[in-house]
Amino acid sequence: MRRLLLEGLLRGPLGEPLAREEAAERDALGSKLVRATRHVLGRSLSIREVDAGSCNGCELEINALSNAFYDLERFGLRFVASPRHADVLLVTGPVTRNMAEALQRAYDATPAPKWVVAAGDCAIDGGCFAGSYAVQGGVSAVMHVDLKIPGCPPRPSALLRGLVELMEGRSND
Amino acid sequence: MADILECIDLSSADVRSAPIPERAVGLMEWVAAAEALGRDTVELMGLWASRRGVHMALRRPGTGRLGLLTYPTDSSFPSVGRHHAAAQRPERAIRDIYGFVAEGAPDLRPWLDHGRLGVHHPPGTATPVMEMPAYDFLPAEGESLHQVPVGPIHAGIIEPGHFRFTAQGETVVRLEERLGYAHKGIGSLLRGAPIARGTMLAGRTSGDSTVAYAWAFSQAVEAAHGMTVPDRALWLRGLMAELERLANHLGDIGAICNDAAFAMMHAHCGVLRERVLRAADAVFGHRLMQDMIRPGGVARDLRADGAALVSDLLGDIRARFGALVRLYDNSPSLLDRTVGTGRLSPDLAARFAAGGFVGRASGRAFDARRGLPYGPYDRLAFDVPCRSDGDVNARIWIRIEEVRQSLALVEQILDSLPAGPVFADLPEGGSGAMGLGLVEGFRGDILAWIEIGPEGTIAEGYLRDPSWFQWPLLEAAIEGNIIADFPLCNKSFNCSYSGHDL
Repeated sequence: MRRLLLEGLLRGPLGEPLAREEAAERDALGSKLVRATRHVLGRSLSIREVDAGSCNGCELEINALSNAFYDLERFGLRFVASPRHADVLLVTGPVTRNMAEALQRAYDATPAPKWVVAAGDCAIDGGCFAGSYAVQGGVSAVMHVDLKIPGCPPRPSALLRGLVELMEGRSND
Repeated sequence: MADILECIDLSSADVRSAPIPERAVGLMEWVAAAEALGRDTVELMGLWASRRGVHMALRRPGTGRLGLLTYPTDSSFPSVGRHHAAAQRPERAIRDIYGFVAEGAPDLRPWLDHGRLGVHHPPGTATPVMEMPAYDFLPAEGESLHQVPVGPIHAGIIEPGHFRFTAQGETVVRLEERLGYAHKGIGSLLRGAPIARGTMLAGRTSGDSTVAYAWAFSQAVEAAHGMTVPDRALWLRGLMAELERLANHLGDIGAICNDAAFAMMHAHCGVLRERVLRAADAVFGHRLMQDMIRPGGVARDLRADGAALVSDLLGDIRARFGALVRLYDNSPSLLDRTVGTGRLSPDLAARFAAGGFVGRASGRAFDARRGLPYGPYDRLAFDVPCRSDGDVNARIWIRIEEVRQSLALVEQILDSLPAGPVFADLPEGGSGAMGLGLVEGFRGDILAWIEIGPEGTIAEGYLRDPSWFQWPLLEAAIEGNIIADFPLCNKSFNCSYSGHDL
């Protein structure tokens, strides 16, 4: 363990350098995000993720936001366990009829001001599951959606960019 | 009795090269098969319904032969679950979705239908909704017991499902799962869908296994058509499937340790997992390799420098993985949480025919790549690791060994990737033919069944996630453990909610 810790200290971040465009994009995202979140909520934004019936592909990429490459906590963004601690509900999946009530309850438990982000094609309009007897539709079929992040699943970089857009929209209010 | 076992006579090659013959059986034979399941002389590979009736896929562990039995019905069938517990949840799902009642079943509670669908028996005989009584959790009686309801929304970023713990102090006396929250009606969406849309749906049944699902579905379509897939396509499928296995196992190893608050493993494994996804993205154009496999072959060939990129990835993982394994093995505080926790007995794993690391950590050495071989694995050398201690630690070690095997497999594939086309057009016609696909995903064997419909459509289809036969075992594995160890146990099983809920 000591060797791994030492290596981590001496060699800097373990992750390989990002591709040039992506690195530039990440830095730009980072500084924009910092300005925007500070404007609205001080320095941090708490996100409660809710899977309303997804295939779990979106969860994989949302989880990736916490790895050493994306490391979303650098930007003051963090995932919280309870909707009561959240500013943003990040919702994935088509909203299944079996999950609609749980999603609504999570929303009701989130204190205002609060925003809803629909992440992924299914959350936007039901995606390839639209029209099924078991699916209510996209998130907007159940509640107001502030931002939609397309993709199947959205790339982690798209998720980060999406959150910036949300904050920019809010900061114009 | 011998008769029904003799019906299970298809070799892996038979199933994969030609339409699967429909063997309609009567009451006596159906019950004989159910009793054989109860005696563990055959294994249940799947139990589902279609407009033809109820289907049961069976495997004889000794010979490795397969069989598909159909009990024609439009209303009821003799319960398999009364003889074989693993069949109970599939029977409840069949009743919810098709309205076919398992006669004599010990558990008649609904499963996927939570009374919110607006109709009962949705794709079958859709009857208007009736008031559904509150769900009856199984009782637990004794001194000072209390219940802890958890979910469907959990604290972490995971899928929805409900767990009802009955505990005495911290110790779990009974866990009962209630699933179905992610039920999307995939069966009804498959009905009559063009094959391309069917492939897309199959690839979104459980997103973490998108490659394996698309492959199983494609195998079923190809078998129904009796067609041969170009060799290079098979090898590329193998490459994608092993990359998917690597990404998931690496992610799991870190995430299990993280549930024991050992964040360092999680961080390092997360880096390796991300590298796999980035390599997949560079080589195939999608991080999870979604929609890359389709009936007839693969959607895109390896790009020119693809082999070199993947080769670099292998070198990178090899350089770092060994130190992480040593870190795991040399951290007593971590081992204290994983060793002896969530033990699953080999007896139960065998009875439920549990696949994947759940089965292989508990003495069931089955791996579809070996037990029911398919190209390219029939021409590759690899070991199937197996242990019998069955605890969280064992499930971690199976994954560690499988990471090593997958690295070796990817290397072999790169070394001997044949040249040639990567796609062949599907033949026309074939309406009414049925096909079976069986692919080893990272979590276990995925079964796909389809019937070809008119004009390049699917008449009906079914996808059986390995989780069907793993979820019930989690209930057994947690018994006597403390609630605080549930996340560890749950993550070490890592069952799919979406794949199960369909």
